[in-house]
Amino acid sequence: MRTKPWVLLLAVVPTLFLAYFFVYPLVTILYTGLVPEGRIATSAFVEIVTDPTMRSVAWFTLWQAFLSTVFTVALGLPAAYVFARYRFPGRSLFRSLTLIPFVLPTLVVGVAFLAVLGPGSPFGVDLRGTIWAILIAHVFYNLAIVIRGVGVLWEQIDPHIEDAARSLGAGRWRVFREITLPLLRPAILSSASLVFLFSFTSFGVILVLGDLSHSTLEVEIWRQATAFLRLDLASALAVLQLVGVTVILLVYGQATKRDSGEIPLRPSFEVARRPRSAGERAFIAATLGMLGLTVITPIAVLIGRSLSTPTGPALTHYANLFDPPRSSAIFVSPVDAIGNSLRFAIPSVMIAAGIGLMAAVVIVSAKGRSGRIFDTVLMLPLGTSAVTIGFGFLVALDQPVDLRASAMLIPIAHALVAIPFVIRSTVPVMESVQRRLREAAAVLGASPRQAWREVDFPLVSRALAVGALFAFAISVGEFGATSFIARPATSTIPVSIFRLLGRPGTFGEAMAMAVILMVITGIAAMGIESMRGSRSGGV
Amino acid sequence: MKRILGGLAIAAIVLGTVGCSTDDTDTNEVVLMTHGSFAVSDGVLEAFTDETGITVSVLQSADAGAMVSQAILTKENPVADVLYGIDNTFLSRAIDEDLFIPHQAAAIDTVARGLRVPGDQVTPIDFGDVCLNLNPGGLENLGLETPDQLIDLADAVYRGTLVVEDPTTSSPGLSFLLATIATFGESGDYPWQAYWRDLVANEVRIVPGWDQAYYGEFSGGSGEGDRPIVVSYATSPVAEVYFGDLEAAPTTIVEDGCFRQIEYAGILNGTKAQKAAGQLVDFLLERTFQEDVPLNMFVFPANSDTPLPDVFVDHAVIPTDSRVMEPSWIEENRERWLAEWATVVR
Repeated sequence: MRTKPWVLLLAVVPTLFLAYFFVYPLVTILYTGLVPEGRIATSAFVEIVTDPTMRSVAWFTLWQAFLSTVFTVALGLPAAYVFARYRFPGRSLFRSLTLIPFVLPTLVVGVAFLAVLGPGSPFGVDLRGTIWAILIAHVFYNLAIVIRGVGVLWEQIDPHIEDAARSLGAGRWRVFREITLPLLRPAILSSASLVFLFSFTSFGVILVLGDLSHSTLEVEIWRQATAFLRLDLASALAVLQLVGVTVILLVYGQATKRDSGEIPLRPSFEVARRPRSAGERAFIAATLGMLGLTVITPIAVLIGRSLSTPTGPALTHYANLFDPPRSSAIFVSPVDAIGNSLRFAIPSVMIAAGIGLMAAVVIVSAKGRSGRIFDTVLMLPLGTSAVTIGFGFLVALDQPVDLRASAMLIPIAHALVAIPFVIRSTVPVMESVQRRLREAAAVLGASPRQAWREVDFPLVSRALAVGALFAFAISVGEFGATSFIARPATSTIPVSIFRLLGRPGTFGEAMAMAVILMVITGIAAMGIESMRGSRSGGV
Repeated sequence: MKRILGGLAIAAIVLGTVGCSTDDTDTNEVVLMTHGSFAVSDGVLEAFTDETGITVSVLQSADAGAMVSQAILTKENPVADVLYGIDNTFLSRAIDEDLFIPHQAAAIDTVARGLRVPGDQVTPIDFGDVCLNLNPGGLENLGLETPDQLIDLADAVYRGTLVVEDPTTSSPGLSFLLATIATFGESGDYPWQAYWRDLVANEVRIVPGWDQAYYGEFSGGSGEGDRPIVVSYATSPVAEVYFGDLEAAPTTIVEDGCFRQIEYAGILNGTKAQKAAGQLVDFLLERTFQEDVPLNMFVFPANSDTPLPDVFVDHAVIPTDSRVMEPSWIEENRERWLAEWATVVR
């Protein structure tokens, strides 16, 4: 297939966005760091390569990300299956809950994990400072990516194919391995790539739950840039990180090259059904139990903490937030904080959904090498350190219009991270939209545009909703990545949690604010769930 | 698709005009860059606007080190006019980089001589001490005496009682490391590295940030952990009283081995609003702002004419013998000290 002119036209906006807000700042900051006086500072690279600590940091970054991805996918697949294929009481609530970890600041998650996996653990283990605490936290954070990313394809695969295979005598496991798994492959790889990039650039989890012997490139870049003020070393490490991410994305690109098969898709409301046998019910119960353990226990701990007062459970901390008993500017009204968070989240979602969708159409239409390169480059921001991007903005975006102090930069930074989510959730569905369905539409006299509107869009919109939900979650919960962009002093929810955790005596209020963040996320997730239900009636 | 594009275009235009209206038309504006712990009561910065007609917009970085890096990176074309919150551990680097225009603040004579900087490159605004905080009840339960010097913690009886912050990721952590270096020195029979080896042998717990140390590991006050000794601030007991609405502080400090952190404000070299920037620095050292500092940031105002809030008068202790270290000495050695520290504790 040759690349059509309209595809090129559609590629312009994402390309310009990425060029100006990612490539240009990145190149500028790396140049500033590595070519300080007109000569390239090769000594920084030598220093890194010859330092055994740095070598072990690089190695650790790689293998912990790999293991985190394997565990997240292994636990996420059964959950994705259960949500995609079965209807049961509390399904949409449960699925919404799985998104909550995604928005929680690591400082807050650290508190919950300390309670669950620390010295006072109800499970009798003390995993503080171990690799297990880090891996479990990465699973906790990223499970939603697999559940939603794979689920959105799974719930649209026609179960009759599987039924047919079973009626021909194939066992359950064989059907899964030989039929379902190959069909799901693009979505699994898509989600896995996101989980991998997130874990590869992990920062807060490593700091809060690891100990001094566990450090990622991301953490080292931050240390070099903010504690040692060694911008040359930080830049050299950023180059190393970037090379690693690029290699991984190229491997991923090769792996997805073969996946261009079209899957018979159906709207999900026909696919999900009630469990029929005791075995099915047991499987659902076991999966939900696993989710409860990894996702809901820490959430419950945080709710417990927010209600805990010296005189027993009470709403004191919530009351203090809404009506502070002490005059201190660290108490921000939750209403204001929510308003501020939404003020960033709404433009973030709009930018990410708009640009992500355009990019996804380009990737699907421009098959072959150019599509893959486009795809890889758009994923890079997710694998680039927040320090590098934040500092890059500062050194690059002062010309021709000084955007550095502009509030606009925050949603743009959020969108950079969110666009890969929109792409990864929509591309597998777009690629799987049956050509036959469109051909049938064409035979019936529909123009290509009509076919897109009537056939593709209803199916794709559900996937887009998933991407938009993640974009929302990234923006609402995000604090780390934009902490390197000097931001206007607006107290978003995470900022106010950070402040409340910054001094003695306001711990309960910080927990209450975290619970408010969870509630907002839950509501947004439920809202999108219900939208998905009503939209899917199109085909 | 069209609708999305249209929406995006509208959003861009709306946001663009909002951006422009603050950037271009309002020339009487000064930008204050500060760290994430900055907090100010409603009405305080507005008082400055009423007085001078200049509005202040505040830009925040998460962390003091990040803020200094940002200021250095943007020194050719600064993103702000005034930098506030740089402390003595990073000051020398900033001065070496020629970040500031010297300025003698109107109220500078109210500041104790020890806080000031030669040439008034920057203006001291507040100070505080990083000190060991104790949970007296927790120590008593373990049958331990209250330690009153840093060296006490090297004694095996204090095994498993201390939690500190990582100096490469935490500003109180760095201050505590500097306090040990100032106390034990770099040479002699028992240099600071030897002290830290003893702390490691005594199972010191090292966590990345203040909140994990205080809330997560410390057993006193609002801490929920099991260690009775933590590196925190001299004003932490005051905050416990204030936010907990208590009669007496549940925690105490060790007055030996505290490290004095002084926070400064400076006019950024390259500002296009030097006069307004100077007025803002003056304002930061005047009574309206100085009075607001203690209960928002739990530090002491640098202007010695400022009356302290009651809770500070009743419960605050200002250590008399805080360790001070020449900023240039810190700058020359910071990287080496941190690297040596890492090899000792790893």
